[in-house]
Amino acid sequence: MARPVQGLPSSSLADISFMVLIFFLLVSTMDQDMGLQRRLPPMPDPNQKVDDVQIKRRNIMVVRINDADRLLAGGSPMEVSMLKDKAKEFLLNPTNDENLPEKVEQTIEGFGSFPVSKGVISLQNTRGTSYNAYIKVQNELVKAVNEIRDDFAMQNFGKKYFALTEDQQRVCRDAIPQNISEADPKDTGRKK
Amino acid sequence: MAKFSRKGKGGVPELSTSSLADIVFMILLFFMLTTSMRQGEKKVTLKMPGASEIAKLERKDLAAYIYVGTPIPSEQGKYGTDARIQLNDSFRSVDDIRDFIAAERETLSEADRQFMTVSIKADENVRMGIVTDIKQELRRTSALKIMYAARKAGAGEL
Repeated sequence: MARPVQGLPSSSLADISFMVLIFFLLVSTMDQDMGLQRRLPPMPDPNQKVDDVQIKRRNIMVVRINDADRLLAGGSPMEVSMLKDKAKEFLLNPTNDENLPEKVEQTIEGFGSFPVSKGVISLQNTRGTSYNAYIKVQNELVKAVNEIRDDFAMQNFGKKYFALTEDQQRVCRDAIPQNISEADPKDTGRKK
Repeated sequence: MAKFSRKGKGGVPELSTSSLADIVFMILLFFMLTTSMRQGEKKVTLKMPGASEIAKLERKDLAAYIYVGTPIPSEQGKYGTDARIQLNDSFRSVDDIRDFIAAERETLSEADRQFMTVSIKADENVRMGIVTDIKQELRRTSALKIMYAARKAGAGEL
């Protein structure tokens, strides 16, 4: 004859789940992978004939960081905090200055014609530059581009860049390219 | 002196602990969903530089990690205090990156290989020389999608 089943004691369930909880706390991490995403230029083919892509002087801004983490942008020394405005002025060229990059009318799919700046920011560093300074400069340059994109998105779509749809973001990216070139290393500075 | 008389005699009735398990399970689920497994053991001291314009790495499973920094104190007797490169669980030289990237590529499916991102996790005190060497080696192995890992920092902290 079957006896009526009594309720199982469930007090140990809490203990067991606490143990599993502690296990997960120990083996897992909260930190997300965040960072500045970049695309490196492909290595030039050694067999290929060197046909130098000449970039006009007005289209290039050289940002150089030396061993002492001092910054030289567009020919004049400056603080990191000033770099963003300098880069924005360079990329936007609001007054169509002769010495700032030229713009080329380009047809952007799904948007129409837009004068796209041909400006390239060339980032150069020595072997002695600290990584911290390098990332800070990269960050300022990305910030400059992001702010220009935000302005562009605000004007044309009435929203910030991150709130746009995939297609609109593509239009923004095409209209304001992120042309930051990380130059080939030069043998300047001391070897480490 | 007024005295308050207690209503019941003999203490509090026992608390029911049956909901405790449910609550703990809820916390457990929360942690399982929000965290990710720790992968590998870091053998370098790592304080990543702060940046404000950082983006999240979308596909974590497609990432390969290169750590750069000073070896942790317990490893310094063997490897010194100069900045070193750590691949997987051991210190390696720049020349080993080629094999490392090839091995990482092998673990991915054919379709995903082009989306592989190499995350460079370098200490903020590292000199650019070593990072440049890594970058050149990555270009040579045509692993061109890279990410400079950074920690989120507001504009004031920079």
